[in-house]
Amino acid sequence: MVYPENQIKELENKAKKIRRLIIEMLSKAGSGHPGGSLSATDLITALYFKVLRHNPKNPHWPNRDRFHLSKGHCCPLWYAVLAECGYFPLEKLWTLRQLGSILQGHPDRRTPGVDVASGSLGQGLSVALGMSLAAKIDKLDYRVYVLLGDGELQEGNIWEAAMAASHYQCDNLVAIVDYNGYQIDGRTNEVMDLEPLVEKWKAFGWHVFKIDGHNMSEILSAYEEAKIIKAKPQVIIAYTTKGKGVSFMENVVDFHGRAPTKEEAERALKELE
Amino acid sequence: MEFLYQRDIYGQTLVELGRINKDIVVLDADLSTSTRTALFAKEFPERFFNFGVAEQNMLATASGLASCGKIVFVSTFAMFATGRAWDQIRNTVAYNGFNVKIVASHAGISVGPDGSSHQALEDIALMRVIPNMNIIVPCDGPQTRDAVMAAVDNPGPFYIRIGRPKVPTIENKPEFKFGKAQVLVEGKDATIVACGIMVNEALVAVENLKKKGIEVGLINLHTLRPLDSETILNTAKETRGFVVCEEHTVVGGLASSIDEILAENHPTKVIRVGIKNRFGQSGEPAELLSEYNLTAGDIEKAVFRIIG
Repeated sequence: MVYPENQIKELENKAKKIRRLIIEMLSKAGSGHPGGSLSATDLITALYFKVLRHNPKNPHWPNRDRFHLSKGHCCPLWYAVLAECGYFPLEKLWTLRQLGSILQGHPDRRTPGVDVASGSLGQGLSVALGMSLAAKIDKLDYRVYVLLGDGELQEGNIWEAAMAASHYQCDNLVAIVDYNGYQIDGRTNEVMDLEPLVEKWKAFGWHVFKIDGHNMSEILSAYEEAKIIKAKPQVIIAYTTKGKGVSFMENVVDFHGRAPTKEEAERALKELE
Repeated sequence: MEFLYQRDIYGQTLVELGRINKDIVVLDADLSTSTRTALFAKEFPERFFNFGVAEQNMLATASGLASCGKIVFVSTFAMFATGRAWDQIRNTVAYNGFNVKIVASHAGISVGPDGSSHQALEDIALMRVIPNMNIIVPCDGPQTRDAVMAAVDNPGPFYIRIGRPKVPTIENKPEFKFGKAQVLVEGKDATIVACGIMVNEALVAVENLKKKGIEVGLINLHTLRPLDSETILNTAKETRGFVVCEEHTVVGGLASSIDEILAENHPTKVIRVGIKNRFGQSGEPAELLSEYNLTAGDIEKAVFRIIG
């Protein structure tokens, strides 16, 4: 599918703004996970601003599309997107990880726009499966999107859910894999290799899309094409760069779970101008 | 005396509820015949989901369904519900405060011949440490229905523990109230607190002791959380000591609950009748209750340790 250039440009600018918010939040909080937040920024920006059927003024609308962040440690990305959508005031972002904040260190239902908490990896695909089955029971046509990390695909629970989603023909369910190739202890293919990943999902009965997770046209096309797949859940395997957008964070494993210092944040924000 | 399978009552109650409440959804992990959720599956196939042998997925999926307004009953054996899927229950069910009602069958040593791997002796302890978790251990068939109804009427996560064998129905119980202990027998020489199948063993012990002129009280503490500490503390002021009986390890379950309340508020002697630092094994339920010192006779001995 071809999208007008101005639409793509607009999304790219929005993603840049989200990345800036992520850097500022983490720098102020003094801890958190920049690497995986930045790698999934384009995917989730495109989802919330072009694809997802939602209404920040009515976050419990029964027929809204669902989004669940299974890789919960990348919540700075989710919080920035939710704030930018208007779920809560932007200044709340500066309370990330503080005592009593609506923005916990991992996703939590006290945040407007968050339906289910996460943080313990490997459970989010099941949560999304439950939302998908609820739509079938209620005969609602909403779709369910869930963002999975690549490292978390090492959890057995993921594959239990993958098997069940295919068994129940959950064609309203889309899993997005942020395949940035890194986890805390190093490269995924060295810690615990996921390959052949496309074949694994296919073997579990899923329709697989492979995309460049930083190319807005490819991202939007995958979301749109997924909608017409019948009787199968869909997975978008998005090849991404950990720390994307900040040169000194890209593919640097240290930035999986370390916040930028004030000086590093200033450098990063300059790059994201 | 009437003997019933708690599981039968559970399955029948689910069907009854399914007819009046369209938000009831039932999940099982390849044990629907044993847990009797198959009764619900037959009548409401569109609201029943079998997850195969995959308990972790089942519990986390229950949360997804609950987030969309469903009241989700989840059943499998107690061992696999609480052990295999503990993280899912802690982080994705209980932390969110969801309406997920775990009704676990085949709890305790009375599972019988299947042996240790299938005899959950730690499940109450595992559930009791989780904030928000409500726990009911019904003593017989009719009380199983009461427990399921309470789980629907009260919001939040529940753990309901039922057994495998038929159990005798306890006659003339006061009305069931969620969170309120049932005083079955008054008596001040000593007081037995029991839950589940141990209530009937305790009743036998009370009657035997009565013949010997010893007046022992009996409390059916069906709701372990929230626990009726008021009844326990009021009783403590009048009794010489407690015998606490559970078909569960003496660590972390009913006895621990009672100990904690008494130690802080009204130190009183407690003798524990339960499983002591052992795994289960194969055998018939009655043989196992005897082997693990869970019979009426064992309860009587414990009472004598209090009254001297």
